[in-house]
Amino acid sequence: MPTPTTSQRPESDLYTPLSGVPLTAGQLPRGAAPLTLLVVALAALGLWQFADWSAAACAVLGALVYTLLIYVWSRAVEGSRKATDRFVTAVVTCAFLLALLPLISVVFTVLSHGLARFDTEFFSYSMRGVVGEGGGAYHAIMGTLIITALATLISVPVGMLSAIYLVEYGRGRLAKAITFFVDVMTGIPSIVAGLFAYALFALIFGPGVRMGIMGAVALSVLMIPVVVRSTEEMLKLVPNELREASYALAVPKWRTITKVVLPTALAGIATGVTLAIARVIGETAPLLITVGITSSDNFNPFDGRMATLSVFSYYEYVNPGVPPQFSLDRAWAAALTLIIIVMVLNLIARLISRLFAPKTRG
Amino acid sequence: MAKRIEVKDLDIYYDKFLAVQGVSMTIQPRSVTALIGPSGCGKSTFLRTLNRMHELVPNARVDGKIFMDDDDLYGPGVDPVNVRRQIGMVFQRPNPFPTMSIYDNVAAGLKLNNKRMRRSEMDDVVERALRSANLWEEVKDRLGKPGSGLSGGQQQRLCIARAIAVQPDVLLMDEPCSALDPISTQAIEDLMLELKEKYTIVIVTHNMQQAARVSDMTGFFNLQGVGKPGELVEIDETTKIFSTPSKKATEDYISGRFG
Repeated sequence: MPTPTTSQRPESDLYTPLSGVPLTAGQLPRGAAPLTLLVVALAALGLWQFADWSAAACAVLGALVYTLLIYVWSRAVEGSRKATDRFVTAVVTCAFLLALLPLISVVFTVLSHGLARFDTEFFSYSMRGVVGEGGGAYHAIMGTLIITALATLISVPVGMLSAIYLVEYGRGRLAKAITFFVDVMTGIPSIVAGLFAYALFALIFGPGVRMGIMGAVALSVLMIPVVVRSTEEMLKLVPNELREASYALAVPKWRTITKVVLPTALAGIATGVTLAIARVIGETAPLLITVGITSSDNFNPFDGRMATLSVFSYYEYVNPGVPPQFSLDRAWAAALTLIIIVMVLNLIARLISRLFAPKTRG
Repeated sequence: MAKRIEVKDLDIYYDKFLAVQGVSMTIQPRSVTALIGPSGCGKSTFLRTLNRMHELVPNARVDGKIFMDDDDLYGPGVDPVNVRRQIGMVFQRPNPFPTMSIYDNVAAGLKLNNKRMRRSEMDDVVERALRSANLWEEVKDRLGKPGSGLSGGQQQRLCIARAIAVQPDVLLMDEPCSALDPISTQAIEDLMLELKEKYTIVIVTHNMQQAARVSDMTGFFNLQGVGKPGELVEIDETTKIFSTPSKKATEDYISGRFG
């Protein structure tokens, strides 16, 4: 008479062990996924270079082929659970690589065109009296720095104080309305900000006015919502316990905010401000309307046209001289300079967040 | 130093919700008063009304009177900041200021209130507070290091030092040991017994042994039911509460027969 086993039970209840499932399962060889990706990428590269397909088509095709290949292979060897995992991983990887392609392409293009005039003359001369070869963007670099600094000077106090109001004091309708309009302001097109600043100053100084400060106002319209948003998020991250600890020590509210809340959130706020600067420093449209362009040095933001890197680059491109190559080279060099400035600002943001972060270990 | 607190018919509200109802008690100076009771019965809420921290919650308010010696804490024209200057508080979770050193944490109550003090005076205050909190020996060589680098028990004693550095009359403690191990708890209980020589101490605790060990008076809070307000069932000498309480509910809770 055979001994009864669990498998002969008519219905399985909760206590039935999942016996019979082996602990080992098929596995793809180590490094299967990256190697497949490499092979597919090389194939796509080959199609682009030798079969003369378009780069975008090759990239998308490569992504699809890789995803399909790794899914089918994994399903055959490893089973459906692992295959789904591989599939999602492949989709995420491909999406990342596809997103990276335009970035690499931009950096590569700007570098290859911009390095031609990336020399000391470019950084020490203005365009005064320059026709054709030579000249530089010293006036534009200074203009960009001055106007952005002014915009920062306007938007950081306004933005930070608004955020403090929203987080620490704001209740009810007014706070909700401010939050709503800050969100709306985040989305306004930069040209609208430029037109606003132009209209504002035209009311006071008459039409046709061009000043650096107008550009700064336009940029701060774009910058304030970003500063408010990032500061707000950072202040919200400060634990309420710290505020309570401070109140319990009989510290008044405003002093709690300045001495406890702000220092705790300082790293994040500084990072947010730096990123906001990086966001507006390359704006072209509002500066085109409000500041215009000039070929000589003008470092006074309250008197007449100024040059800025983005507008400089634009003008050199649309109004090249004869032959056009010198102008085009200057335009690309200006673009490269702008990218480098933005990159440095981002690095500074990281440095700030590391330096100012509250330390847990001494 | 060390003032008596008298609570008369205190109702505590969160917006329209009555959280605690009809509390009347006298808290004796130079003693430890423990508040026990099940979760959600309003012990902490009651504690926070004593130094007017309760009203920091939007729309929270109280009805009734609290006297500290002869001053009405909720009288017209009373500045909550001045109330908190005399009634210090220690919280459940240690919360040293992360941007400040150990020294600055202890001195925070003075510095943030902009008291002008000579460096040597400040040093004295910090040392005295840290000695009272039994933390001096452990941190005297690293006063400049961040306070958040200390262990949990040390951080809690740092918070106690911070609270007593401003020399309050009353010290409120909201479950000060619930996040700590038995040894740190022991250290803080010893500290309470020392501190009660000079301060009026009110402590909220879930640990009945702790209430029995450290307190002179014990108050028992309870809820009538879900959604109903909490209330003070009885308050009496600790020995009496833990041996022969006059209310059935207290006895049930203390003997562990509570629902």
